[in-house]
Amino acid sequence: MSRSAAIVAVGQTKHAAKRLDVSIAEMVREAVDACLGSKELSFADIDAVVVGNMELFEGINQPELLMVASLGAVGKPVYKMNTGGTVGASAAICAEHLVRSGLHDVVLTVGYEKQSEGETQSAITTVGDPAWERSVMAGAIGNFAVMASTYVDRSGVTPEQAAKVAVKARTNACLNPYAHLQIADITVEDVLKSRVLAAPLKLLDMCPQSDGACAVVVAGEERARQITPRPSWIVSSATAHDQQFMGDSPARIADHRSLQAASKKAYAAAGITDPRTDFDVAEIYEPATYAELAMLENLGFCAPGDGGTLIDDGVTLIDGPMPVNPSGGVLATNPVGATALIRVAEAALQVMGEAEGGHQVPEVNWALATGYGGNAWTDVMVMTGEPR
Amino acid sequence: MTAPEALRLEYIANFEYSYAIGKHATKFMAALRDDAKLYGISCPGCHDVLVPPRPVCGRCGVETDGWVEVGPRGTLTGYTVVEIPFIDPMTGVKRPVPYGFAFVKLNGASTNIYHFLSESRHDYLSVGMEVEAVFREERDGSLADIIHFSPVTP
Repeated sequence: MSRSAAIVAVGQTKHAAKRLDVSIAEMVREAVDACLGSKELSFADIDAVVVGNMELFEGINQPELLMVASLGAVGKPVYKMNTGGTVGASAAICAEHLVRSGLHDVVLTVGYEKQSEGETQSAITTVGDPAWERSVMAGAIGNFAVMASTYVDRSGVTPEQAAKVAVKARTNACLNPYAHLQIADITVEDVLKSRVLAAPLKLLDMCPQSDGACAVVVAGEERARQITPRPSWIVSSATAHDQQFMGDSPARIADHRSLQAASKKAYAAAGITDPRTDFDVAEIYEPATYAELAMLENLGFCAPGDGGTLIDDGVTLIDGPMPVNPSGGVLATNPVGATALIRVAEAALQVMGEAEGGHQVPEVNWALATGYGGNAWTDVMVMTGEPR
Repeated sequence: MTAPEALRLEYIANFEYSYAIGKHATKFMAALRDDAKLYGISCPGCHDVLVPPRPVCGRCGVETDGWVEVGPRGTLTGYTVVEIPFIDPMTGVKRPVPYGFAFVKLNGASTNIYHFLSESRHDYLSVGMEVEAVFREERDGSLADIIHFSPVTP
């Protein structure tokens, strides 16, 4: 049996539309400093570094070169992840595996993106096969809009229910000092009246484009206990892929096969039988309002088609029985290469009791984090504060 | 208080690429170019007809073996009208908006393909609607030989 691994420290930048004041390496260093500083760690404590982003967004190949000093990685192994939207969660799972295997004891994990420095809607379209999807794809927004239409057709979820998810995200974000899109007085009406990007998706239904970085330290059991009194123990994690082409999956997010497969595996390994009562909080990778509701169905938080009732009944509000994305989620903060790591980091902060600014949920013992990319790839991680 | 100076370097990177589309896509595109016909390939394991055609069925892990004509009619399985312009990475220019964009399940196929729609009024579209491929007169063996899919009026 491999040994236990835990998240022991988390650091983030203040995420924003544009960080014109810093270079990528300087921005990454801010998150790394915040992370190590939170537990009085130094680079001497770090055995290896895992880092990732969406390289074509900034158009810089092998970007770990320009940030090797900021990562404190000179003379150390650097593991590079490049898995699209999931990259941050994949990096965390990589760090977990490195620690569980005994290969390294303390691993610094970093995700970042500066969406302001490139043409990201076009860059994201290059995930499509050049002969097929790329020549007709309509960026991430067109892709999510088509998925949402299928989900709406299946579930009957309404624009008002989606708008409530948008309101939840941006008001939760006001309680998270690191969140990008904080809109204190946002209403359902504001969302419904916002500009149509690609129906049914309106401006406020979509995640923003952000600049930001996130850093997390994963440690083996002995070091974890030395570093912090309440580590966030990684109970299980799973990754699943789906199809080669976007259209291979019959109903996309409405029948999200990679999310179903990854969560089933992670739940089984962690003994989760009823996710809605077994978890105290979830940080899921919801790129659009409709996607949150569809993903919660596929994660087993309600029956298929009932996603809308979760928000109508207030189940997923920060003070509800099953808070989802108290940080504000992807709908508030989306530096893509960091986004999935932020899900893991925010779930860990909830377990450690360290979520700042009022978005801490009381008495979190079990937390769920997910990462999502291109509908083809899903990461799921289950964490607990209960000693392992 | 004024913000401290923060310099930026603006640059444009023009790279030219070419991409071998492979044996299966070549066969599909050649039939599209020469005969305005569409083909999928069947899996001997699950009997799904896969479009785009490919050498291996991902879910069964076995080699595909039979070419099957599909379309040119099909049904909408998802749709939108794109109203936000962005740069088409195939051409480097912005695509005019609005335009209909959809998943189409061609008749005889088990999977969906992305393509454009002739209709850009959202209220006129629905999941399950029957559509038909509209082909270019002059074809060059690319997916653009299908101009778009057009609703079939009963």
